[in-house]
Amino acid sequence: MRRAVGALLRKDLTAELRTFESIPAMTLFAVTTFVLFHFGLDRSSLEGDLAAGVLWVTLLFAAVLGQNRLFVAEEEQGGFDGFLLAPVDRTALFVAKALALFAFLVVVEIVAVPAFGLLLLGPDLLDPLPGLVLVLLLADAGIAIVGTLVAGLAIRTRARDLIAPLLTLPLLVPVVLAASEATAPLLAQAGAEGPPGRWLAILAIYDLTIGLVAYGVFDFLLED
Amino acid sequence: MSSTRSTATAATEPQADGLPAVELDGATRSYGERVALDRVSLRLEAGRTLVVFGPNGAGKSTLLRVLATLLRPHAGTVRVLGHELPDEAWAVRGKVGFLGHDPLLYRELTARENLRFHARLHGVGDERIEELLERTRLLPRADEPVHTLSRGLVQRVAACRAVLHDPPLLLLDEPRANLDPGSVELVEPLIGSESGRTRVLTSHDPRGGLAEADLVLGLRAGRAEALGTQVDAEQIGALYR
Repeated sequence: MRRAVGALLRKDLTAELRTFESIPAMTLFAVTTFVLFHFGLDRSSLEGDLAAGVLWVTLLFAAVLGQNRLFVAEEEQGGFDGFLLAPVDRTALFVAKALALFAFLVVVEIVAVPAFGLLLLGPDLLDPLPGLVLVLLLADAGIAIVGTLVAGLAIRTRARDLIAPLLTLPLLVPVVLAASEATAPLLAQAGAEGPPGRWLAILAIYDLTIGLVAYGVFDFLLED
Repeated sequence: MSSTRSTATAATEPQADGLPAVELDGATRSYGERVALDRVSLRLEAGRTLVVFGPNGAGKSTLLRVLATLLRPHAGTVRVLGHELPDEAWAVRGKVGFLGHDPLLYRELTARENLRFHARLHGVGDERIEELLERTRLLPRADEPVHTLSRGLVQRVAACRAVLHDPPLLLLDEPRANLDPGSVELVEPLIGSESGRTRVLTSHDPRGGLAEADLVLGLRAGRAEALGTQVDAEQIGALYR
């Protein structure tokens, strides 16, 4: 399992470094959206609930862009067949793809979150950063798991570009809700507070639950 | 021609455990309403070659994909290397080398990276990669992305991929397509009769195909129109008319 996950992950990261198909598009989308919010909201700065909502909705849509590309090489270049012919646990494909999407999201956020702080955020971003990183990592895990599961489901359909976001967005409502609630106090004008433990726990429980479901059903998505 | 449900066996010795390498009994596979493989029965002993002829859409590729565990049979019995499909597909994976129309290579990766990727999946060491690259004279181009290679070179890399894990059964869909005579000579020891492996291959070349066949299957519209060890070129030609 570990050997197969390593091979798949290495292959995906090498291909991304060579083509720059996903990460630049996701990053550009996020930064452009922040610019649009900056002008569209007609406010010099955001804080609290509104800032958290803008951040998470933007990151969610950026993730959907990356999700759509996740299995394209497998589908178009015979990667599914090559993988299915090997004597490895099929769930390795799910784990590797989820890790790849998680890594893409982290890289995007390294650029997008400072851009958000610069373009939209009123309060200073440095103080709440440790708490924000924790929320980002927990939410990214949920987004990566759901994104990979749905991408695997949609990739063999003709309308995959439509089906993937239509299924992903409702499934990620709990993640956006919990992440926004956990982020809002961090971005309050009155001064950053720690992220509420209740919402962090909800994020962690959601990640665990959806992770187990995805782990259990992904094998069947690869069936003929 | 034989009847559509006839069964034939390659006139060879069975493998040591007495089980044929490939055994079909009424194997059927459909895509929706269309029957792509219609009650095909045959038996191929280990170390022998089955050559499948038939016009486009006859079911040749479907047969190979069923044997490779990539498609489930919808009816009938399919046994590969003694394991019944699809229930024991897990036992067959890793023992089959598949070379189809699609090379199953990632375009952005180099030939060596592609082979290394498949080697990791199959638990094969790097020395085998170097050996195959050398035998197929791919070393000078091994570190170039696959999308920069000619179709013939890609097919050579794909042949290396197919035999990387030294599989006892090769499933070859027109394996010499895109290959010039020199390249054919290079891959022949890997995928040809001299490889000593059991082979199921498709062909549109009656003369070449019949020359290397121990057992011949002629498919038309999914049905076995010709099957046996004594099928001649005229019978093969009739499949295409």
